[in-house]
Amino acid sequence: MGLDFSVVPEYAHFLWLGVVWTSIVTVAAAVLAFFAGILFALVVLYAPRLVAYPVRLFMWLFMGTPLLLQLFLIYFGLGQIGIDVPALLAGIIGLGLHFAVYNADVVRAGIVAVDGGQNEAARSLGLSRLQSFTHVIVPQAVRNVTPPLGNNLIALLKDSALVSVLGVTELVHGAQLAISETYRPFEFYIVAAVLYYALNLILEAGLRLVERKVEATR
Amino acid sequence: MNDVAQPMIEVIDAHKRFGALEVLKGIDLSVARGQIVAIIGPSGSGKSTLLRAINHLEPLDSGEVRLDGVLVNAPLSGNAFERHINAIRQRMGMVFQHFNLFPHLTVMQNVTMAPRLLQKLSAEQARARARALLEKVGLADKADAYPARLSGGQKQRVAIARALAMEPKVMLFDEATSALDPELVDEVNLVMKQLAEEHMTMLIVTHEMRFAADVADRVLFMDGGVVVEEGPPEVIFSNPEKERTRTFLRKYL
Repeated sequence: MGLDFSVVPEYAHFLWLGVVWTSIVTVAAAVLAFFAGILFALVVLYAPRLVAYPVRLFMWLFMGTPLLLQLFLIYFGLGQIGIDVPALLAGIIGLGLHFAVYNADVVRAGIVAVDGGQNEAARSLGLSRLQSFTHVIVPQAVRNVTPPLGNNLIALLKDSALVSVLGVTELVHGAQLAISETYRPFEFYIVAAVLYYALNLILEAGLRLVERKVEATR
Repeated sequence: MNDVAQPMIEVIDAHKRFGALEVLKGIDLSVARGQIVAIIGPSGSGKSTLLRAINHLEPLDSGEVRLDGVLVNAPLSGNAFERHINAIRQRMGMVFQHFNLFPHLTVMQNVTMAPRLLQKLSAEQARARARALLEKVGLADKADAYPARLSGGQKQRVAIARALAMEPKVMLFDEATSALDPELVDEVNLVMKQLAEEHMTMLIVTHEMRFAADVADRVLFMDGGVVVEEGPPEVIFSNPEKERTRTFLRKYL
């Protein structure tokens, strides 16, 4: 039994639907992961211990458990105690928080990596702590964190497939729907893989643009 | 406040300890307006710590630091102290061993940033001031370069221009030439000498004995957290009183 892709066009709408939802989930989760990641990093670095320690504990818990389990906890777990989170939202929150924790680690390291002499030079000129942070530390940290944050974003796109277990019709789930009607798993999974690859190419092109902008003044 | 007799920099009984190590054991220092004081001494003698204590990068455990009569380590807390120290630092230029230029900014932006942020100069005013200073340190042609493109000597001259851009009352030099290749030292010394001739008040921590002898009005020899000996360079370098000073200087001759 050879491969026969002729069945694909008829069921392509499942795949397009999947591409659309994968894109929506990825973008929404990425935005959450980006801002929450920065927030967590700032809290861990600069907030008083009373605030920083719980956030560190939260980060540690999220890093030590599988994303799949976190999605189940948010969707089924919270559902059980009466907090009904829609599947799409649960997927976005779970994926977003999971990667926020990784982003926070990247951002924290990127800030710490800026040479201590930079802050001293800024302060010695009379800049306030905040001015030194925004004008001297942040621009250099942005360069440090852009490539690893980009890597996290690509990982997030791929891991968005996991929200299929909550019933969100993203790309993997879309392929499964097509397969359940055609019984052609190989063909549809291959096409889904190609579509993931295409999404990744678009993402990487975007990341290169951002990196070039950030690196422009080196 | 503008009493001629009042020292520009005054340190009284400065103490500082890092854990078990006492790095400053009661330092007194006075630098008059327009005076140039060089601090020499072996590594770990506390000379850099003293300099850093003067602009509060390294807060003292006890003792007083005054800039033109104003108490630097004032007993204020929180935001009040933050405002106080930021205002003081604007009048006290500091040059570091490792330059600490801002790598994400051009030479021009390095020099204009602080005046623009703190003195609210317009972009044009700040650039005009920076151009004059870059001219003075011989780097007018490097205004649009990024620090990564400069040699160590050029970086340090930009760092001096950056500090001067705030029009400080005093300049502190923390081993400004120690990280430079020998052939790049002179260009930085030349700029510092020029400042000396303009009667800038300067406190210079250095390992360059010849330079110290050349520009300083007074030389302090520090060792083990105390000032062992101080006096005019002629005396310190050719006829020091203390045996410890002699031993130290022998290594440089």
